[in-house]
Amino acid sequence: MALWGMNASFKNREESFMTVQEPTQQQLNQERWRDVPLEFEAIVVGAGPAGLAAAYTLAKGGVKTLLIERGDFPGSKNVMGGILYSYPTHQVISDFWKEAPLERPIVEQRAWLLAEESVVTIGFKDPGFYEEPYNNFSVFRSRFDRWMANKTVEAGATLITETVVTDFLFEERADRRKVAGVVTNRDHGEIRAQVVLICEGANSILTQRLGLQEDLSPGDLAVGVKEVIALPKGAIEDRFNVEKGQGVTIELIGESTQGMFGMGWIYTNKDTLSIGVGVMINQLSRSGMNPNTVLEKMKQHPAVRPLLTGGETKEYLAKIIPEGGYHQVPKLYDHGVLICGDAAMLVNGVHREGSNLAMTSGKLAAETVIEAKKKGDFSSVTLKAYHDRLQDSFVLKDLKKYENASALFQSNPHFFTLYPKLARYSARELFTVDNVSKKDKQKKIWHEVTSRRGIWNIAGDMYRLWRTLG
Amino acid sequence: MHTLEDKLFLVRFQPDDHSHIHINNKELCQHDCPDKPCTYICPAKVYEWNEEVKAINVGYEGCLECGTCRYGCPRDNIHWVNPRGGFGVMYKFG
Repeated sequence: MALWGMNASFKNREESFMTVQEPTQQQLNQERWRDVPLEFEAIVVGAGPAGLAAAYTLAKGGVKTLLIERGDFPGSKNVMGGILYSYPTHQVISDFWKEAPLERPIVEQRAWLLAEESVVTIGFKDPGFYEEPYNNFSVFRSRFDRWMANKTVEAGATLITETVVTDFLFEERADRRKVAGVVTNRDHGEIRAQVVLICEGANSILTQRLGLQEDLSPGDLAVGVKEVIALPKGAIEDRFNVEKGQGVTIELIGESTQGMFGMGWIYTNKDTLSIGVGVMINQLSRSGMNPNTVLEKMKQHPAVRPLLTGGETKEYLAKIIPEGGYHQVPKLYDHGVLICGDAAMLVNGVHREGSNLAMTSGKLAAETVIEAKKKGDFSSVTLKAYHDRLQDSFVLKDLKKYENASALFQSNPHFFTLYPKLARYSARELFTVDNVSKKDKQKKIWHEVTSRRGIWNIAGDMYRLWRTLG
Repeated sequence: MHTLEDKLFLVRFQPDDHSHIHINNKELCQHDCPDKPCTYICPAKVYEWNEEVKAINVGYEGCLECGTCRYGCPRDNIHWVNPRGGFGVMYKFG
């Protein structure tokens, strides 16, 4: 329908990346702002995976929708590790892979257990993942989200960029207070709507303002930092042992986080790598380290360093990642309002899934709003259906399954410190050929392992791990 | 190896002329916060202790807008709001 607030050079944004915005452009945007209608049926706050899935579904469903984004284009503020999941995206936009800007379909997932100087690896590769409908893709959010925002506008939604939602409008009735719109930081910046979908991301300022999310603690969030590193042509195929165009993901635990609760990752893009590390904020606080230092140490690990040879860093990014799990999921609905994606803590840290939960929650929220419109009722009685849909879906089922994972890993640091070292010791001992009999090697390993952590403690750890993740 | 300064130089910013970050109570930083985690947990090292004026310097212009400081400040002493529309960090890749 219409694009407001967009820079005039929007289509040639690549060329204008380095240019400073002219003041006249700001004034122009302000003039456009005056043309935005003052009332919509639905307002979506934030053009990330959750907000885009929601706004697209709403527009397709005939709901008069406004999508508000604070960046100068959708995607300019958006950061994630770098994996987009095919199935939930296809559910929102069928066959998106035919035209969306994607990097590489992932055909192999590897997990690396890092100890000092060494690595124990496990992985799964299947070229079948290189065929439609694919499994997942590496992507850059600033490209993918901009593409999806255009599809959302084509579907009939109104998009306004460079606009920050600072507060809400309320409708007071005898027995309840209903969200009735948003306040933005623009002059005369109030816009009314029947329902507001908050898709603001992990730094959930608006969700907290509504009192739906309690104050989050540094034990509920990780901080992730990432670098995009350009590699010489052909290097990705050679170094990662894949056919042209195929992609690999590596998750790294143990030494990658300096023994803190967290995870590192390396994802292959077309000509670049996304390499990053996420650690819990409370553990980082205790360590006295800067997250970039943790990342730099991981980049210097002997198993990682050769992958980066000759690389040139293109960008450095940071984001917080909700790790509170099921117990920290806020109240997901109230009169006239729904919470989706990272703002709703919908991240499965064990499987490093987030964008798929975000998109699915946005879609389910939109479907709930479409039904509410038919009923003409946007009270929490009707909007509760969103919560029920999430409960019936993999989103809350998976969070429920791992509800104790965060607590387990927070209170048992040896999973990230001692066990990677023991794995290294055992593997090194077993694979070193030195004419010692295998039986004697096993005895030696057993003795070393049990002297570092008692047998009953190990049994207890394994039991808790199985109970929590199994 | 890249330094953090090298990396931040690669990031595009459109800084506003006023800060979106404020320290609520400077006395708390001086007297009740021995570790000052904001000075190291911030991925962009926006916060720096200034011994001369006994206060935290806030280099908001280089803020990556992750929000780590909001949750990591042990005294809940950082008032952080989103920068004005169109200002702040502008990622090229994301």
